[in-house]
Amino acid sequence: MIYAYIAVMAGVTYLIRMLPLTLVQKKIRNRFLRSFLYYVPYACLTAMTFPAILSSTASVVSAAVGLAAAIVLAFRGKGLLVVAVWACAAVFIAERVLAVVL
Amino acid sequence: MYHNSFRAGLRDGLPIALGYFPVSFTFGMLAISQGLPAFQAVLISATNLTSAGQFAGLTVIAAGASLLEMALTQLVINLRYALMSLSLSQKLDSRVTLLQRCIVAFGNTDEIFAVASSKPGTIGARYLYGLILGPMLGWTGGTLAGAVASGLLPAMVQSALGVAIYGMFIAIVVPPARQFRPVLAVVLIALALSCGFAWLPVLRQVSAGFAIIFCTVLAAGAGALLFPLEEKEEEAAV
Repeated sequence: MIYAYIAVMAGVTYLIRMLPLTLVQKKIRNRFLRSFLYYVPYACLTAMTFPAILSSTASVVSAAVGLAAAIVLAFRGKGLLVVAVWACAAVFIAERVLAVVL
Repeated sequence: MYHNSFRAGLRDGLPIALGYFPVSFTFGMLAISQGLPAFQAVLISATNLTSAGQFAGLTVIAAGASLLEMALTQLVINLRYALMSLSLSQKLDSRVTLLQRCIVAFGNTDEIFAVASSKPGTIGARYLYGLILGPMLGWTGGTLAGAVASGLLPAMVQSALGVAIYGMFIAIVVPPARQFRPVLAVVLIALALSCGFAWLPVLRQVSAGFAIIFCTVLAAGAGALLFPLEEKEEEAAV
């Protein structure tokens, strides 16, 4: 039974990813649609990040510190890995400080 | 510009692989705590390659729900991938074949899509193979490590690593939002909508999967209406 669950999970997830990628092979000419698809990654990543990031660590405060660190570094044009690692470090430090203060 | 270097893909995939490790580690531990053997936990990660869908799938399995419920849950939570694949279809070079499209579709995760989108010009299958390989290994390897070593990683380290994926997303969104006003507007609209779906009554009832889809469609749609792109802007900014 577990394998039936896994097969359904994998099958549905794959079809969702595969169908649009294979059925739409031509360049879309429509200006609205092209603009829409151009904005999709930014809209989608933003919606996935906030407010979900606030509950991604042990406390809202440490998550907010990580968020702030990530925004400042990204604003300065740092790369993906640098921003991700320093956001984690900021959270770690914030949680140690919180543990002392509280 | 045409990106089709396997090595460049591998390099770009490294931060994603590192970011995946702690998340899939958590998935591995959770799967064990739900009574699945390590082999099945790894099998789920190797065949699904998605975070939210897998976590939700675990709860469906644990609840002993029907296969139809499983299919619907996955459909709702993962429907955003359809938008991403549609967007990625416009990003692929015309030389990418149908078979190659079928292969890279498997690896179109949030993060891989995000990095692929951030490349100027078009991308080829070899670049995507490289980009997908590392994260796939990180995802399945992390699941295995989590399943085997349940609870060895100190909680304080796990907590700090939880923010890694979001740090990556922020690093992708902020630079173009800073340079290009329409992107900033779309980001702010998506931000406001996302907060609404998280905190406002009624809207809060909407599942996380649907909330992301609504936010994406509304914010990107508003952007397309208010700031339709010129051909050259699209080339320069993506």
